[in-house]
Amino acid sequence: MSPLAAWQDAFAAGLRGAEHPLAAHPAFAVYRNTVWKGWIDALEANYPAIAALTGSDWTRAAAAAFAEIHAPSCPMLSLYGEGFADFLVEFPPAGLLPFLPDIARLDRGWTEAHLAADVPVLGFGSLAELDAGAMERTRCRLHPSARFAWFETTIPTLWLANRTDFEGGELLLDDRPEGLLLARPAESVEALVLDAAAFAFLDASRSGATLLDCAIAALATDPRAELGSLLGRLIGFGAFTDFIPIEPEPPHVPA
Amino acid sequence: MNHDLTAGLGLKPIHYQEALAASAGGLWFEVHPENYMADGGPRLTWLERMGARRPLSFHGVALSLAADADPDRGHLARLKDLVDRFKPALVSEHLAWSAWRGAYHPDLLPFPRTRQALTRIAANVHRAQDALGRPIAVENPSHYMPIDGHDWDEIDFLSELVRRTGCSLLLDVNNVFVSANNLRFSAEAYLDAFPGEHVAEIHLAGHAEDPDLGRALLIDSHSAPVADRVWALYERLVARIGPRPTLIERDDDIPAFAELMAERDRAHAVLTTCSRGVAA
Ligand SMILES: [Fe+2]
Repeated sequence: MSPLAAWQDAFAAGLRGAEHPLAAHPAFAVYRNTVWKGWIDALEANYPAIAALTGSDWTRAAAAAFAEIHAPSCPMLSLYGEGFADFLVEFPPAGLLPFLPDIARLDRGWTEAHLAADVPVLGFGSLAELDAGAMERTRCRLHPSARFAWFETTIPTLWLANRTDFEGGELLLDDRPEGLLLARPAESVEALVLDAAAFAFLDASRSGATLLDCAIAALATDPRAELGSLLGRLIGFGAFTDFIPIEPEPPHVPA
Repeated sequence: MNHDLTAGLGLKPIHYQEALAASAGGLWFEVHPENYMADGGPRLTWLERMGARRPLSFHGVALSLAADADPDRGHLARLKDLVDRFKPALVSEHLAWSAWRGAYHPDLLPFPRTRQALTRIAANVHRAQDALGRPIAVENPSHYMPIDGHDWDEIDFLSELVRRTGCSLLLDVNNVFVSANNLRFSAEAYLDAFPGEHVAEIHLAGHAEDPDLGRALLIDSHSAPVADRVWALYERLVARIGPRPTLIERDDDIPAFAELMAERDRAHAVLTTCSRGVAA
């Protein structure tokens, strides 16, 4: 190893608390503090609902424990913290608050929606252009910012209540299943609480199903689901970018 | 001077609307390109709008030129995409390292200025300039502690880097003031010896005293107005080398936009007074 690389290894280890003559200098703390403050500030900023629920001190301590294992690999610090939700599952101090990982997943979903590609959303006009029979020959492409998940409790409602950028949440956690869709159709990320049928429709879209199969999935979840209004709600929200026609499969010719 | 750039400001999201509406002559805006390395989102949209109205400067923090490693290819490719898209008037980086063995350290870290380091940094600057298709300016860092093993003094090191790579220099007067205080050298002597013909941009910023060590350790915190003694050094520098695009850097305790504009206008006045003097 070159002397410069060895020097940088020692300095980087010192930033993480290793003993070294360099790190013994009182001014070394300026570097150590700046680096850790940068990591921890970024994580606290990227997980605002965690900070709102647990307080800044708890969040910063959890962030420091996370940064110790997962320093950012990318200098775009608004993207730092992928995996923080999974880390919280294993983080003993979070044991008393078992809903924290799911809250962190929604904070992360917001970040990904916020920084996703800017693409126009599907308009209602495209829906009117679909002819009868198109349902089985068309797929809905999800908007690149669309992030959604299903929970066995009212995690979405609790999350919304802990974000200053949204209204309509409640500081309650009920044993009532609920889903959430986040997307950024224009400049800001929007949130839509999902029922089981809407979630099933989106989940089927994500796996590439046709409109017909998405509808079947929604109805299988909730036979009373109103498909027209369900699709209208999702399109109006900006969940999709376009309809993609699917070429019919060529007839199977036995060899 | 580079186009019509006089004094500029860092572009802060909280000041976005006022910054877009500002009408001052010669005003330009600097950003860290790393903050825009996303697929999309409102920040990129804002930067498009600003770029249509004002010259931009990209001041990178993550190329890690002084690391004993090649600049990260993915990072360099993203930087090139942004440079191609926004066509900034100025592109700069630091004589420091921050990314190392896959981890990004949000700071500008020191190193011994050895012959090996010079060879490595020159190669990294070449690589960056080749990838971006344009020269970059390299900034003198702030120093907090003595480092053993230097073969080169900083100004000679930077001059040799210019000679080997054709890069230019970004001279941060506050960094010189802070380093001179912490390492006990003369800021005036440093600035008088700096190769003015290679300076493409100047930085001015505020600093703070270390909470434990006080005046003995000044920190380049960008959390305060530019200090009077730094203004004096700046005026002396501009009188010697002539006007250069000058940035007021502020990253913490950010005041009202008008307050930053007042500092920026003061730098603008120094630059325009001086260029009148040169022309006369
Ligand atoms: Fe600077």
